[in-house]
Amino acid sequence: MSDIAGFPTKVDISLTVNGERVEARVDVARHLVDFLRLDLGLSGSHAGCEHGVCGACTLQVNGEVVRGCLTLAAQLDGAEVWTVEGLTDTGSLADLQAAFVSRNALQCGFCTPGMLFAAADVLASGKVPSRAEIREHISGNYCRCTGYEAVVDAIETVARSRAGGGEASA
Amino acid sequence: MTINFGNPDRPNSYIGRTVPRPNARRLVEGRGRYVDDIVLPRMLHVAFVRSPHGHARILAIDTGAASAVPGVRRVFTGADIAEFCSPWVAVLAHLKGLKSAPQHPLAMERATWTGEAVVAVVADTRAAAEDGAALVEVEYETLPVVTDIRTALDETTPLIHSELGDNLAFRRLHEHGEVDAVFAGAHTVVEASFKTARHTGVCVEPRSILADYNPAEGQMTVYHSTQAPHMMQSVIAQHLDMPEGRVRVICGDVGGSYGIKVHVYPDEMATVAISRAMGRPVKFIADRIESFATDIHARDHEIDARIAVDGDGRILGIDVDDWTGIGPYSVYPRTSAIEGNQVVNLCGGPYDFAAYRARTTVVLQNKAPTCQYRAVGHPIAVAITEGLVDFAAEALGLDPVEMRRRNLIRDDAYPCTSPANMRFEGLSHHASLTKLLELMDYDGLRAEQAALREKGIHRGIGIASFIELTNPSPFMYGIGGARISAQDGCTVRMDPDGSVVAMSGVTEQGQGTEAMLSQIVAEAVGVPVTRVKVVTGDTQTTPYGGGTWASRGAGIGGEAALQAGLALKDSILTVAGSMLQCAPDGLDIVDGQVCDKAGGEARMPLEELGRIVYFRGDTLPKDLPRELVQTRHFITSDYPFAFTNGVQASYLEVDTETGFVKLLKHWCVEDCGRVINPQLVDEQIRGGIVQGLGGALFEECHYDEDGQLLNANMADYLVPMAAEMPDMVIGHVETPTQESLLGAKGAGEAGTAGAPAAVMNAVNDALRPLGGRVTQMPFTPARILASIGVE
Amino acid sequence: MKAAAAGYVRANDLSHAISLLAASEGQARVLAGGQSLIASLNLRLAGETALIDINGVTELCGIALDGDVLRIGALTRHRELATSDLVARHAPAISQAAPLIAHAAIRNRGTIGGSLAYADPAAELPACMIALDATIVVQGPAGRRGVRATDFFIDLFTTDLGEDEMIVAIEVPACAPGERQVTMELARRSGDYALAGIVLVRRENGARVAFFGVGPTAVLARAAMAVIDREGSPDEAAAVLDQDIQPLDDVHAPASVRLHLARVLLRRALNATLAAEVGHV
Repeated sequence: MSDIAGFPTKVDISLTVNGERVEARVDVARHLVDFLRLDLGLSGSHAGCEHGVCGACTLQVNGEVVRGCLTLAAQLDGAEVWTVEGLTDTGSLADLQAAFVSRNALQCGFCTPGMLFAAADVLASGKVPSRAEIREHISGNYCRCTGYEAVVDAIETVARSRAGGGEASA
Repeated sequence: MTINFGNPDRPNSYIGRTVPRPNARRLVEGRGRYVDDIVLPRMLHVAFVRSPHGHARILAIDTGAASAVPGVRRVFTGADIAEFCSPWVAVLAHLKGLKSAPQHPLAMERATWTGEAVVAVVADTRAAAEDGAALVEVEYETLPVVTDIRTALDETTPLIHSELGDNLAFRRLHEHGEVDAVFAGAHTVVEASFKTARHTGVCVEPRSILADYNPAEGQMTVYHSTQAPHMMQSVIAQHLDMPEGRVRVICGDVGGSYGIKVHVYPDEMATVAISRAMGRPVKFIADRIESFATDIHARDHEIDARIAVDGDGRILGIDVDDWTGIGPYSVYPRTSAIEGNQVVNLCGGPYDFAAYRARTTVVLQNKAPTCQYRAVGHPIAVAITEGLVDFAAEALGLDPVEMRRRNLIRDDAYPCTSPANMRFEGLSHHASLTKLLELMDYDGLRAEQAALREKGIHRGIGIASFIELTNPSPFMYGIGGARISAQDGCTVRMDPDGSVVAMSGVTEQGQGTEAMLSQIVAEAVGVPVTRVKVVTGDTQTTPYGGGTWASRGAGIGGEAALQAGLALKDSILTVAGSMLQCAPDGLDIVDGQVCDKAGGEARMPLEELGRIVYFRGDTLPKDLPRELVQTRHFITSDYPFAFTNGVQASYLEVDTETGFVKLLKHWCVEDCGRVINPQLVDEQIRGGIVQGLGGALFEECHYDEDGQLLNANMADYLVPMAAEMPDMVIGHVETPTQESLLGAKGAGEAGTAGAPAAVMNAVNDALRPLGGRVTQMPFTPARILASIGVE
Repeated sequence: MKAAAAGYVRANDLSHAISLLAASEGQARVLAGGQSLIASLNLRLAGETALIDINGVTELCGIALDGDVLRIGALTRHRELATSDLVARHAPAISQAAPLIAHAAIRNRGTIGGSLAYADPAAELPACMIALDATIVVQGPAGRRGVRATDFFIDLFTTDLGEDEMIVAIEVPACAPGERQVTMELARRSGDYALAGIVLVRRENGARVAFFGVGPTAVLARAAMAVIDREGSPDEAAAVLDQDIQPLDDVHAPASVRLHLARVLLRRALNATLAAEVGHV
């Protein structure tokens, strides 16, 4: 790449990833998934399409779910990033993970880390979403194996159990 | 040895129960190990320069600028790779007349489809390799492109491979009975033309390979996202001219396959050859755009078909003319003639009729190669058959269910042979249909449909019966000369702590192979399922086998595991009898304990037996066999294939103003023989159904007349997403195969086989009052609107 | 598929961003939400470009009502559009459009300014701007100017934005009492670009109808608006749509189908505004 005056091609970033402080000098073209996978060894985030459609790279930045492949590492100075590895350690996905396992809401597992973030996001409001709302909310995450029903079931189960066994809204 | 499967309370009764998958927790915690997760010292990455033309002569290649890019280590042309890897021709002897041209890892003189790899750029990072690839200059002379199927054989159509003489790869005509006479004399003949769209698998994990040639050992280790490690071992050895024993293929987690990852891909062979050439690990992970352009495609068929029936709706004859385009090469080593061949084998499959003619014509074209993808040929054959059956019912004023009742092969008619010469051991079409009608409340749905039609709401109900080919014998590939094992093996070992390790030649791609094997072995040996560790996907450590494809994992690999487990149990009890001073056949193993068979009284935990065998063998009689490792293999031999059957129903609503289809619900009753793990089987069927629904409504590779793929990205190639998919009700009838003790047949492809036809029939059911009929998949708003004369 | 980017700078504030843009002499692009730009970088479709990251520019944030104008900062995320009470009350068409944009993870990052600058003809927000007769406020070294939405979208992915200018805000006439707004679309799958979409605004002084997904830009349907304004029926308005929109054939639908679907949407949107008070949701 030719250099353009005043625009560095590497930048320094300081951020927290899974609660740990990380400092790095990154190529400005490197997206967050590659930064996590190649620079930090966090291979739980998956690159499925690298153009923002499949959702396999979905993770959390500053408390919001984002596409890792549509976020540049260079943008993350001061950011707080959580990946499936980190949220597994904190236990905040534990009930969803258990429900995914017991309902077999994953087959090959490649989409699953991203799917879990989408699932956690739809449950974040604390309400019990309808099946249609769950389907709508996870529809940015491709799963080619399950046909989605088991995923919807698992999320619905967790929603109800978090709400204390309440019924889903119509 | 028998197992009383009828008694759910029998000891160690894991077979037939939902048991969680041992690998699932790892995957939900982000601890999977897919090929791209593996990093080796001195690893290089490859990116490919691909043909931008559907057909072009390669005049010159300039790699100078690419080689100068920082991080680029080497650039390979087709000729460079050819020094390390020999070409292949994908034909099989039993597919008579099948022809194809020699194919190299990288294009040599000509590129024959858009996306064909032409130059490989090897660099420290994938990004640097792509930087280099962008600077490779290839001078092309464009050549005439063949895209249309029906004109591919015309005199005026240019040849893709002139040495072949024409663009015909394969043609097969099968005739049974007096077809012309039957059609001439029939009460009613209904004709229809069908198209199934060219589509592709879209594994969320792209094709991935990491080849690591170690010159010091003369050893090639290949980490591969594949369904058939042993097949790949054989292919790599043959074409890199290495001893098979010096090639090890390791297959860890696979992020979806569905048949996409059971083929030999030129760019993957190039990657292996580059590792051989450079003596370093080389990784290739296809990006998504490459995946669309170079993963195998499938289902590109155009069919003219007709059905003859008598006045009572009895099917007299079926006549099918199938045409398919397979791209410029037959795909190695399974060939691209199988799909068309399957259409011939499977049309009319569920029905009792006399006269059958089917011809498939398989032509070459300048598009991505096609090959076997989930439910090979089935969705096509089922759509043809079930479309014709519904149209015939309509012509006679019969309800589609009644039409099927009159024609489905009777459940007591087996064994029998179909007009396509398929041999059926035992199927349950009528029982399955009965169960389906109960599950869906057919009469209630019909009443609801009628009531809503009064209000201008157009709902449709579609039924599709089907057969599915599973558990293939060597008749599928081996007899044609392919080194693809139809046999599979399992080694089961008891360790000192009483735990069991099972090593199997079938592989796991998410369908639950490891869970299925663990519960079979747990039941066979008599240990808790949590004490069984399953190892798959390593040619160096597992018994030789075929891998997982054609719905063979449970039926073949499962039976091998069962027999190996039972053999291990015998070995354990031989030792136990000696230790306990009693006859081995008076003992049993339950839940990890040796116990009395009669009273069930626990006699000794397995860890005690293990301690004695492994550490105090001196206390056992010198001549006592103490082989706590047993291997068994299984191959089907009574039937070429274990056919399964099932029936699906779709309930949907068509917005007749917009042509949009809303799927409301879907049902499937399936008979895959013995169900080993109900949850896993149901989820295989659900996932398969949704892939079929994708084919029915969304998926289509759009090529223009220059052979350019117009929608090679995730946003424009539509696969099913959660919001549009229905909930699915799954039911079972179990007719175990008598070929094995386990009795299992395959279940992985049934959903995909029947779903498109069910949707087609449902859409046409909804459109019937408006005079609409669609037979070209996917059923887009445009096609639906056109069928009812709107717009 | 690894991005090629020729450099990156985080802008501290608006004037910094504009000076960077000017200094780059057309070799840099503004990085807002990045949900289209980074994808095109990854696909190596964006050319050799440097990036000016404006995500830290707080002057571009915020939604406020100023008299009878709703002012939306360029950096406002789609999710904020979807959840803002101010937007729901004063620009319901945008409120209805925002949830239709892609999926949650995209809406968390994608911005209104980015969507308008990108000018995808199938996107919802350009059509909202046209139907609402919004003003796009842009700023460059020469200062700030307002561009009527109808003048802003010039052609496929082409706007009136100068090479050294960026969008700073959008000014939308606030929804008046009795005004009705409706956004509808027909997408094959939830979150997909629609085969056709409509934004209908019925104001006291006349109807405004914009379509998206049916041509090289979002388009104001003037002929149909004239029929509506003379109180023609929905069918009559739909009948003249071929004067307003000329879709092209593509892999998703032939032109004739897109025109047909636009007509269906127009009828449905008109009936919706007739049937109920849909302006305020």
